[in-house]
Amino acid sequence: MSTLTTSPDRTLVERLRIGFRKSETAKGYTLLSPTLSIVLLGLLFPLLILLTLSFWKQDYVDLIQTFTLTNYADFFRKKIYYLILYRSIRISAFVMFVTVILAYPLAYFIAFHVQKNKIMWIIMVTIPFWTSYLLRVFSWKVILGYNGVINSSLISLGILTEPLQFLLYNPIAVVITLAHAWAAVAILPIYVSLEKIDRSLIEAARDLGENAVMTFLRVTLPLSLPGVIAASLLVFIPTVGDYVTPALVGGPRGLMIGNIIQSMFGKALNWPLGAALSIITMLTVSAAVCVLLGGTRLFRKKVG
Amino acid sequence: MHATKKRVNGLAVYAVLYLMFLYAPVAVLPLFSFNDSQYITFPLKGFTLQWYKQLAQNESIIHAFLNSLRVAIPVSIISTILGTFAAKAVTRYRLRGRGGLIGFIMVPLVIPEIILGISLLMTFSLSQIKLSLITIGVGHLLLCVPFSMLVLISRMEGFDRSVEEAAQDLGENAWWTFWRVTFPIIFPGVVASVLLTFTISFDEFVLAFFLGGSDATLPLHIWSQLRFPDKLPSVLALGAIIVVVSTIVIFAAEWIRRGGVQLTKQSKI
Repeated sequence: MSTLTTSPDRTLVERLRIGFRKSETAKGYTLLSPTLSIVLLGLLFPLLILLTLSFWKQDYVDLIQTFTLTNYADFFRKKIYYLILYRSIRISAFVMFVTVILAYPLAYFIAFHVQKNKIMWIIMVTIPFWTSYLLRVFSWKVILGYNGVINSSLISLGILTEPLQFLLYNPIAVVITLAHAWAAVAILPIYVSLEKIDRSLIEAARDLGENAVMTFLRVTLPLSLPGVIAASLLVFIPTVGDYVTPALVGGPRGLMIGNIIQSMFGKALNWPLGAALSIITMLTVSAAVCVLLGGTRLFRKKVG
Repeated sequence: MHATKKRVNGLAVYAVLYLMFLYAPVAVLPLFSFNDSQYITFPLKGFTLQWYKQLAQNESIIHAFLNSLRVAIPVSIISTILGTFAAKAVTRYRLRGRGGLIGFIMVPLVIPEIILGISLLMTFSLSQIKLSLITIGVGHLLLCVPFSMLVLISRMEGFDRSVEEAAQDLGENAWWTFWRVTFPIIFPGVVASVLLTFTISFDEFVLAFFLGGSDATLPLHIWSQLRFPDKLPSVLALGAIIVVVSTIVIFAAEWIRRGGVQLTKQSKI
């Protein structure tokens, strides 16, 4: 009766084509593939090259492409590198601590006390973060400088006769500048985690007779911990490698590992050593992150 | 009751002080850019527009400004297109390893920028690609795509898929369904993404520092001027313009993005 005479080949191809078109997953991956390939080519591949180069050696302007561990040995032999890495970790940890402590009350305020225009507050907090990083650091240099805004205003007000020398070019200046630069990054995750808290839990604690402080310590704070941890990591990880802030406001005592790495690609011209220092920095940061995460997990187990 | 009210006030005072801490350093730039003095010190000397006049006559600054546009405009468009694809893929389709894939695309935001910069520099140099505005753009793309994706994911979440299906049932093909149904709905997200990524690329310094050739972008030019004290006033004027313009652009972007989200919420009530 029927006159259907499709060849077996064609049905197979057709079926495959329909199958592919219908397959939701395949469609999804196709849409995602341009972005994924950019990250693969622009991030993963270059990181592998960084790793490879860290085992090479620099000979004036040439790279010697034979496997060597000299660069890593240099790191452990010359005290200066690990002292500066240690200092960078310490400064970043301090920045993280200061930034999160300062950000928490503000996030709390926006989440619990602002009724209207929460979005306005969030936008207000994020705007400075988007504007030029270089210019923000430069502003701090101008503010803290020997003839800067703070010193000159204190002198013109008659409070000081001599400018304060300790404001600029030290680790504290680096901490202030970075805490300012990364404020929004800390506020947002804390705000999100506070906003998510089921308000009835807090009311329940109050109804059961806990006072405000204990309610905060036993209900609000533990529930907002994921946001606090996210904020800590988002501030800590990028600041370890920062070199703009230490270069502009840090002075010799505020130099960080980023400045050393940068110099290997500039004046010092030793790419393999710069690559090795980068790898070591990344490993150290990862280790520090693991310690931080492990520590909070332990803390949670104890509390829970 | 009284006690809680007092505590609220304390927090509000803190919030205002915090905003001052955030904005005061940035406000220094415009303030002193009108000051009639070589030095950035109080008391203010008098009002002048001379630093802005100097700026308008400075050809290397104008050249750097145009270079920044040459990088930021294509970067913002390309990253928004890629971000739209990626956001569509992760919100519309059930993908295995969704969280991992999103996380992977986000990595460039978390990794220290200097490491991103030098690893790209090595890659370009070993593949004998000459450093130029294009290589800066490639670096910026890595930073901007995750932002585009985030902005558009938040726009597409809760997207009512049935309107797309309705269009297809009524005979539109995928292409026209996108342009006539999907695109108008996600449009605020697209605008926000273009504006945000434009500002990121325009202001970006670290990657440009490593990946730039002889042609400087505006942040690179500013960096080169910081060493000369006599150039500082015109840097202040330039900085003031950049800060004011990017504040306006970002405010617009965030308002469009978050305001749009709020609108749908309100209409539900």
